[in-house]
Formats: sequence, structure tokens, C-alpha cells
Amino acid sequence: MAILVDENTKILVQGITGSFGGRHAQLSLDYGTKLVAGVTPGKGGQTFADTVPIFDTVKDAVGETSATVSAIFVPPPFAGDAILEAVDAGVDLVVAITEGIPVMDMMKVRAAMKDSDTRLIGPNCPGVVTPGRGENSQGGCRIGIAPGYIHRRGKVGVVSRSGTLTYEAVYQLTSLGLGQSTCVGIGGDPINGTSHIDVLKMFNEDPETEAIIMIGEIGGTAEEEAAVWAKENCDKPIAGFIAGATAPPGRRMGHAGAIVSGGKGTAEAKIAAMRDAGIEVADNPSDMGEALVRAMG
Amino acid sequence: MNIHEYQAKELFEKFGVATPKGQVAETPEEATAAAADLGSQIVVKAQVHAGGRGKGTFKNGFQGGVHLVNSADEAADVAGKMIGETLVTHQTGEEGKQVNKVMVADAVDIEKEYYLAILMDRESRSPVIVASTEGGVNIEEVAEQTPEKIFREVIHPLLGLQPYEIRNLASGLGLSGDTAKQFGKLLKGVFKLFMSCDCSMVEINPLVTTPDGQVLALDAKFDFDDNALYRHPDIEALHDPTEEDPREVEAAKYDLNYIGLDGNIACLVNGAGLAMATMDIIKQSGGEPANFLDVGGGATQEQVRNAFKIILGDPNVKGILVNIFGGIMDCDVIAKGIVAACGEVDLSIPLVVRLEGNNVEAGKETLAGSDVDLIAADTLADAAQKAVAAIS
Repeated sequence: MAILVDENTKILVQGITGSFGGRHAQLSLDYGTKLVAGVTPGKGGQTFADTVPIFDTVKDAVGETSATVSAIFVPPPFAGDAILEAVDAGVDLVVAITEGIPVMDMMKVRAAMKDSDTRLIGPNCPGVVTPGRGENSQGGCRIGIAPGYIHRRGKVGVVSRSGTLTYEAVYQLTSLGLGQSTCVGIGGDPINGTSHIDVLKMFNEDPETEAIIMIGEIGGTAEEEAAVWAKENCDKPIAGFIAGATAPPGRRMGHAGAIVSGGKGTAEAKIAAMRDAGIEVADNPSDMGEALVRAMG
Repeated sequence: MNIHEYQAKELFEKFGVATPKGQVAETPEEATAAAADLGSQIVVKAQVHAGGRGKGTFKNGFQGGVHLVNSADEAADVAGKMIGETLVTHQTGEEGKQVNKVMVADAVDIEKEYYLAILMDRESRSPVIVASTEGGVNIEEVAEQTPEKIFREVIHPLLGLQPYEIRNLASGLGLSGDTAKQFGKLLKGVFKLFMSCDCSMVEINPLVTTPDGQVLALDAKFDFDDNALYRHPDIEALHDPTEEDPREVEAAKYDLNYIGLDGNIACLVNGAGLAMATMDIIKQSGGEPANFLDVGGGATQEQVRNAFKIILGDPNVKGILVNIFGGIMDCDVIAKGIVAACGEVDLSIPLVVRLEGNNVEAGKETLAGSDVDLIAADTLADAAQKAVAAIS
């Protein structure tokens, strides 16, 4: 089962001819992901890696290939438009990898998506991986920039705002012999498409997922809201980690959304809310895998 | 990105937002000239980004970064005591900030002070206008103690500010007649500025009414979305690097995310979340982080080399912790960057390295085969403990 995507999901990449998009499109192909189309305006008719057709528009790509997911690798000034194009073409899921999209653009994109059936993940995120069942998790669905080989297919759902912290968690799980159902990077921007709580709900309903790791960081109140929801509604064990306890207030820690302002969004408040919800919070990032083992009892 | 008060005034003028008459001056002579155009009550304000200017002290002993004067000569005298001097306020830290310019403006007769701000609210994913009858004070205290004195309007992201929202706010503030009309004009201007300049915050504190019926923005703080500066070269030009930590200015040149802190263990990490977590674990292990440094997901050898130079330029640094989880990034590239950097900088403090992930064996071999004196660590917890032990 897994959530959002599985081995058979057909994806397309917007911005496939850029160096970053192209590199990761190739890695997804190597992983065995069904990457069926690329989109770069003005380059329709060409092919990527000799096999993947490139289209001028998302509409054409979806029409020809029946792709249901779009990964966005378009540079920040054009990324908002690229998301809206994918939404208009009717894909089920848009995963925006692009870092550095103006907040005003994301605000308008989210407002425009209000009545849409399309789900947005990101922006400024590592993407989504549902590991495959082959060697080193080959054959899975890798959307974005995560290293595929660290994954193993299994029963732990991972949701995180940070890229490398997700890889740490996944690597620890795999080293402990615990595979993952789906790993979702929701991104580090202040306005994003999907929040912790949305992903927790999906994991809670997914029969394959038996336990969850939720990784957060300072800024906003999304982790607190997810913890309150989990306390009442989630019947699966959860482990967590929050980065940024030592970050000075008022400073933006790399991610545009990682900032403590007006006394809101502190690590202390998030950890307290998570512990109150019965979530096993790891004391340090080396302990995320072990924390999940403790949570599972 | 923040800007100076005089720059905020210029922006306000461009968008039809009323402010007291005044000018910026870089010399006492310019202050005299600026004051000549004004009334008999004049205010001279030091231009630094930090708050608490009025209660600050200059390192030359001169008290206060905001002064009321009654003549052009006095304005020049006060300006002379501020310009080129270093002002210390509760927000600048002990080192203070050098004042290069002063604002010389009409000291307006204030009838009542209000608070008005527009900010990008992440929860509602909309601009939110916050107004209060309590101006000139700390708004967070007002929100806590007398929340009924704060009025909020969530603005539709696509429709923008509506007339009824202006009426709601004016009514909340108790404004009527011509004053309410002037408030509306001012608010429309501020909102237009907020949206068209990609602001993340505009805070007017205080907004004042005067006995002769004017509504004026007396002091303002701006914050702009750094991600949107590419489309506002005019605003990017307002950036004053002398207001920032020079290490941060240097790091920005190489596309490194660096924030200077007060501790003595420097860290170099890939990824913002992991970089924060590395700071946290240093603290947990009994040390103090000297910085936040995210070299990014695709750091090059050159970036690692420059990152090393920047952290070693901090005299407080007594040890370095490198924590890399090479997902896609090749650990060997990082290892080669470390070796190259150490070859250039004559490393004399302990260096703890924890590499994990893609091509980690080659990376470890590169480090082991070099003559760099380093302490290898397996996990992040192990690395933090070793770094703290190495400097104590």
C-alpha cells in the first residue's frame, strides 16, 4: 500500500533539462521509478536519457503518458507558475523540490489551489520515496532528491521538514533492520502544501504503516497541531525529533520557515506538545531510530 | 532583510504613506541644512537597525540615539556627536553599531499613539493586519495583557484589502470622520507597499494622530522576503552590509548559510535541519556552538574550503565539528575539501569529522591518507562528545 505513491505510479519531471532536475531524474530512472515524461517549454519533441519523451506543456505530457504525479525542479522565479500548470493539468500530486520560491508566490498558489483535488508537497523539500522491494530498495518510487539506496521497504512511515535529517532517520531505521512504507519530506518553507498532520492522517489509515517517525524543527506551530491531533486520533506508535533548540530567536536558520518569532515556534513548545501526546521524542538526532524502537515497545 | 528608518520613510513616500517631514544627513552640515526646512521642534535619530536607540549609549559617552532639539545649530551639534560613533543598545550587543547617518525630522505634536502592522501569517497563509490603540509600546505585551485592544484582519491573498476591512480596523481604533479617512488612505498605501515589495513584515510603531488632524507613520520596521529580492533590485540596493555580522556577509558570497553565535565549537554541516540538530547536540554534550553553518545539499570542494576559512576566522573557535550525511553528495568530495582547506589554513585546533552515507569509505580513506590531524567519529552523538572533550 504505502501512501501517496507506489511502485506503479507514473511521474513526470518539470524542469527535466536543467542540470539539477536532469541529474535527479536520472537517479530516479536508475532506482527503477516509472518516470514517463519530462516537461521543458520549448524543448518538446526531444528525449531525456534517450527514453523519456519531453513535452512543451504538462497538459501534453499528462495526455500522452497518463502521468499522475509531477516533480517540480523549475528555478524559483518560474516555480509558482509550474505548480499551477501541473494543477491545471489535473495531476493527483505535485512535489515541489525547488528551494527559494518567494512566499508571496506560494501564498497565491495555495489560495488558487483551494478547491483543487491536487495535493501539493513542498516546496523546498527532498520529495517522496516509497521504497521498492529489490536490492537496496530498487524498484521503488523516488520523487525528488533523496538518496534511494539508504531505504528499505517496510512498515515505518517517515515525515519530516528537513532533507538530511530525514536521510539520517531513514539510514538509522534501515541499519536497525526497520524498513519504511513511505518517506515524505514536507519542506522547510513557511507556506507549504502538505503539513505534518496531513501526512500523519494518511499513515494512520495506511495498513502497511505500523509506526511513524515525525521530524520537525523550530518555527510555526504545525508540529504542535499534529501532536494534538495524534493524541486523540492516531492509533500507531510515533517517535519524533525537533531540531533547533539552541537556535537564537529571530534568526532564520537556513530554511525560510525555521525561525522563532514572537515567542512562537520554539523547540521546547513542540517537544512538550509531542510528549504530551505520547510521542517518544528522541533527545538527539542519533537516537531517532532507537526512539522508534522504544515507541513500538 | 531589514532597512534603515530613513529608507523606510523614502519607501513610504513612494506609496503615499504620510510621514513627518525630514531628511537623512551624513554630516553635521547636512543636518543643519535639513533642519533649516523644518519647524522649531526637531528630532535627530541615529540610523542603525537595532531597536532601543533612545535608551542607548554611544561609546564616546554621549547618551541616547534619539534627541529632541530646538534649532538647526543644535541639530548639527547632536549629529556631530552621533555620526561616526558607535551606539550600544540592548539589541546591538556590547560591540554596538557604528552610526553613519542620522535622520533629522519634524518632532510632531502627538495626540495619540497607535500600532499598525502587516505581516505574512503562515497559519492563515495570508497577509494579516494587526492594529492596536496601544502604540509606542511592546505589542507582544499588549497582546498578552490586554488582547481586547488588538484588532486583526486576515486579508484574502488574491482579493487584497477590502474597504470593509479598513472600516473594521478604523472602528476598532476608535477613529472617525476625516481621521478615519486618512487612516484608510495610509493603510491602503502600506498594504500596496507590502504586496508589491514582497515584504514579510511592515510594522509602524507608533502610528500617530496629531492635534491638527494628520495621521502619520512615525517609525517603521520592515522585513523583506530574501527569496524575492531578485525581483526588487531597488530594495536589494538598500541592503547595508555594515549592519550585519561580517562573517555572515562573507559566507553569503559563497552561497553558504552561516549564522554566527557566541560559542567555541564551530560546526560545518550539510542541510539546515541537520545543522540545527548538530548545534543542539553540541550544547547537550556540554559545549557551546560557535555557529550555524549549512553548506547545502550539493556543496562543492570550493565551498567547503571557504566554509573552513570563515569558521577559522572566528577567534572564539577552539574546535571544529564536521558532520556530513552524504545522501546524494559524495562523502569523498567533502573529504577532499577538508584536506584542501587544512592544507591552506594551517589548522591548529582539534577537528572532529563524522562522515556517513554515499561513498563514505572513499571519504574516510582520503582523510586517513592525508596528513590532516583529525579525530574520526562514527555517529553524531559520538562526534559531539569527542569535540567537547577535545577542547576541554
